[in-house]
Amino acid sequence: MDAALAPPPAAVEPITLVEATRRAVAQEMRRDASVWVLGEDVARGGIFGQYRGLIEEFGPERIVSTPISEATIMGAGLGAALVGTRPIIEMRIFDFALCAMDELVNQIAKIRYMFGGQAKPAVVIRAPHGLWRSSAAQHSQSLETWFAHLPGVVVAVPATPADAAGLLVAAIRSDDPVLFFDPKALFAATGPVPSAIDPLPFGVARHEQWGDDLTLVCWSSIVPDCVRAAEALARDGVGVDLIDLRTLWPWDEAAVLASAARTRRLLVVHEAVRAGGFGGEILARVVERLGPGALKAARRLGAPRLPVPFSPPLEDAMRVTEAKILAAAKSLLAA
Amino acid sequence: MEASTEHAIARLTELYRLMARIRAFEEVALAAHAAGELPGYLHPSIGQEAVAAGVCSVLRRDDRITSTHRGHGHALAKGAAVRGMMRELFGRAGGVCRGKGGSMHIADFSVGMLGANGVVAGGIPIAVGAAQGLRLLGCDAIVACFFGDGAINRGPFLEGLNWAALYRLPVLFVCEDNAVAAFTAACSVTAGPGAVARAESCGVAAESVDGNDVEAVAEAAARLVARVRRGDGPHLLHARTYRLLGHTSTDQAAWRDPAEVAAAKGRDPIARARQRLLAAGVAETVLDAILAEARAEMEAARADALAAPWPDAAEAWEDVQDIGAETMEQA
Ligand SMILES: Cc1ncc(C[n+]2csc(CCOP(=O)(O)OP(=O)(O)O)c2C)c(N)n1
Ligand SMILES: [Mg+2]
Repeated sequence: MDAALAPPPAAVEPITLVEATRRAVAQEMRRDASVWVLGEDVARGGIFGQYRGLIEEFGPERIVSTPISEATIMGAGLGAALVGTRPIIEMRIFDFALCAMDELVNQIAKIRYMFGGQAKPAVVIRAPHGLWRSSAAQHSQSLETWFAHLPGVVVAVPATPADAAGLLVAAIRSDDPVLFFDPKALFAATGPVPSAIDPLPFGVARHEQWGDDLTLVCWSSIVPDCVRAAEALARDGVGVDLIDLRTLWPWDEAAVLASAARTRRLLVVHEAVRAGGFGGEILARVVERLGPGALKAARRLGAPRLPVPFSPPLEDAMRVTEAKILAAAKSLLAA
Repeated sequence: MEASTEHAIARLTELYRLMARIRAFEEVALAAHAAGELPGYLHPSIGQEAVAAGVCSVLRRDDRITSTHRGHGHALAKGAAVRGMMRELFGRAGGVCRGKGGSMHIADFSVGMLGANGVVAGGIPIAVGAAQGLRLLGCDAIVACFFGDGAINRGPFLEGLNWAALYRLPVLFVCEDNAVAAFTAACSVTAGPGAVARAESCGVAAESVDGNDVEAVAEAAARLVARVRRGDGPHLLHARTYRLLGHTSTDQAAWRDPAEVAAAKGRDPIARARQRLLAAGVAETVLDAILAEARAEMEAARADALAAPWPDAAEAWEDVQDIGAETMEQA
């Protein structure tokens, strides 16, 4: 068919990431009456508008505004899952989920195993995470690596509206507990999202762009900075193979191995602290699988091991930026 | 004999049998532990059987319970299969949790037993959420939530009371007040008058009962469960009892005041039920037969567990998660 005559892709329109997740939740709540939301301020739409308007459609029994009781928000979600409902546990901001670590780490992540498979805790834990200009040390953390380290959970770290929507639908339908890290800084980012949202598979990375000179692996809020850095490198004739992992557990080892074997230069970029970060796991895995001599150069780029400061110049000094990504990439290309 | 009296005697006889089975289960498991047959350790509830028996005797099969680290009695009283439980304590194949949980993580979802818990107060948020989920599904089952007197000093107790009261959830909170939290007198680390006052401060109606009087526990539980089920919101039953043994199977409890323990033995719930049944004219031989049957049932379960195979090592890799599960080959 002549491209000019082709119908516009009617199902696809650019919307914000936060709206994409709102539609994903609404779609699944319409499809399955056992899906419900619990968390602080969700009746008024959530603090980012992730649930705007849902109370009107689904009522206060399914959009449940709760007390500021994070341990019980998490634990009650689990209890409700054990009797057959599918709760979406909204943690408001990831840092507050730290008040519910027993319920997440000791209970949700282990109950299926400890009880010999008698129950699958089908919960989604939504935890908006990461830097959010001058939110300081208790509202800015990226601790996703902790949970990749935790047996029993799936860890989703989307960066685009379509990925956020597709992974959220998959998370709601999954019988495994899914820790869904909304990228706070990208809630306003826009992109095309189909009107009927299909679930995306976990553990399948997205190639943001293809290239032969350098493999760049990233996820969540830092992805747009990596894209800009790759574009700048492209102007210099450098082809970056840019991989957005989208999920950290499971993660797409095959995609990274294939790319690294081809480019032989590997840069992993994350907003989280470098020391002990997931970049280390990725590099270690590549060395284990491809052998110590397979790469010409490899590097992790992450934040220094500092709490996130408030003042903009201090925050800028420690955060990963496009300029730092570019510099790291160039150092690898020179090696 | 009046029909109502006859009925009361039959009921008490069944409670006596249930308590005797719980006691025998733990005595046999403790003997197995002492003989080195059983890995790990146990938290015995000997002396506290009337709380589990009394409360669970008034629950329906589809009602749910959450339990504690000291949960053998709760599980048995809710109807969990004895052999599956014993095999679980032994870490053997055929254990109710396939040997993955052991004594501290007994669960039997087929009878509404949503799990013991290795974390003090860990079952409380799960219980209120289960109640909320049941309501969402349009089911009139209720949830009984067991926890100790030590658990009331953890945050989830306050959160759970407030939460259950706020949403008027069908939860019966059961505080098993055995006077100790591990190795510390609970009252020495608890400010104020305790569980009942804390519940009432959240608008949760609460009452205390002699937790070593199984009929009193069952009567109070029946009354509160009826209110919970008809939609009057959560209630709390505070049952005063006493842990006759140490904190775990490895604690000889030599640190306890012998006079206190001796006095508590005089209030043994099983002996008290027996006295009452004898006074009502039940023959001693009948009661002895109940004890002997309980003992034989549990000894048979011990022999079954000891003869059962160990789980296949490959099972360690099973039931972690569906998506992203590591395989044995990857190790
Ligand atoms: C959160 C937590 N802290 C500490 C422990 C260790 N611990 C196990 S049982 C126990 C005492 C609990 O007392 P209580 O709630 O009264 O229950 P009981 O043992 O008397 O049945 C403690 C401190 C634990 N399991 N969980
Ligand atoms: Mg106690």
